[in-house]
Amino acid sequence: MIEFHLNDRSGLSPYQQVVRQVRHALRLGLLEQGDRLPTVKDVARQLAINPNTVLKAYRELEHDGLVAARPGVGTFVTRTLADGTLAAHGPLRQDLRRWLTKARLAGLDEESIEALFMNTLRNEAGEDVA
Amino acid sequence: MSAVLRAQALGKKYKQRWALRDCDLDIPAGRVVGLVGPNGAGKSTLLNLASGLLTPTAGTIEVCGGRPAAGVDQLAKVGFVAQDTPTYASLSVADHLDLGRHLNPTWDDALARDRIRRLGLDPKQRAGKLSGGQRAQLALTLGIAKRPQLLILDEPVAALDPLARREFMQDLMEAVAEHEMSVVLSSHLVSDVERACDYVIVLVDSRVQVTGDIEDLVASHHRLTGPRRDPDTLPTGLHILSASHTERQTTLLVRTDTAVHDPGWTVSPLGLEDIILAHMTRPADAVRDSRPALEVLR
Repeated sequence: MIEFHLNDRSGLSPYQQVVRQVRHALRLGLLEQGDRLPTVKDVARQLAINPNTVLKAYRELEHDGLVAARPGVGTFVTRTLADGTLAAHGPLRQDLRRWLTKARLAGLDEESIEALFMNTLRNEAGEDVA
Repeated sequence: MSAVLRAQALGKKYKQRWALRDCDLDIPAGRVVGLVGPNGAGKSTLLNLASGLLTPTAGTIEVCGGRPAAGVDQLAKVGFVAQDTPTYASLSVADHLDLGRHLNPTWDDALARDRIRRLGLDPKQRAGKLSGGQRAQLALTLGIAKRPQLLILDEPVAALDPLARREFMQDLMEAVAEHEMSVVLSSHLVSDVERACDYVIVLVDSRVQVTGDIEDLVASHHRLTGPRRDPDTLPTGLHILSASHTERQTTLLVRTDTAVHDPGWTVSPLGLEDIILAHMTRPADAVRDSRPALEVLR
């Protein structure tokens, strides 16, 4: 069982934070297939948030095929995100290290690197949508 | 879904002053509605009209399909926790539950007793000796145990310390999850509203400034920043809430239903607090003319 936390300064709505934390837990292997998510009532109480928000987050996870609701029993993990992605981390991290070295050699400081990375990531995401 | 609260051209006048006017609302059932606005904006007036403690000077208001407090059935449908969560100081906790049981046909005594036990309140304790947080919890217990379709709370946590405030909101959200009731609560703290509510009404200067589903509002409001521009060349389809200019830069807070594709603007999201503040400080003439047509630039 996982516990959710809300960060008021994250810039994400409570609903997005709940979705993200489940996906994160799936990726890290904190949640495995067959695990039950906390009930809507428990999350609403623990975080003092609107139960509709929790329901909506769980529905999105269900729509993505990550969890399944069994009426009267609870919401269960049906798929994990851990295996494939973790294996790919090693080589990607190495590529990123090399890129970071290049960026520093080009004279970029930490802040510029972060801005460049976030900017590129956002533009890419924007192009996907358009 | 049916409306839990509907108002048409609703107004309330005290002597010479309109405390609330031209209020149109249509709030679907099953929502937790945050009513926000500065002091004196008319929040309590609206809530007192909804609970039937006040009668309208103009227009109509309906809650749960009937006139507020029109009869026994109608009274049973709506719970009301007034400002500062009032209780009877000389009556004990148990007396309050007895009162609730005798006055409410739909009273859930098991729920009330269970809540009092879980809160650790001594049934023999007089309400006047309770802490602010405990008193608020007692008032909430009465409101929930009546099993209303709509629970109205006027600034329920304003006087509470942060811990008592959190505990109160936790219990309220748990009750919403358990009993499928609609809630309208007023607050001047946007952070409470952001977590607990999925619908918002912003009242300013006795008028409804903006109302709607919070997620829709967040999705449709943006901050645009870019090189300084003449206001006449601004994009169409944008409802501009505020515009500020420096020598080189223009910053706009806008509401729009379509995406802004103009690469000249950097578009960033607005949080609920920024949106509410933008609507609160909107100049009066912009309110009358709610969607000015502006020139195209995309």
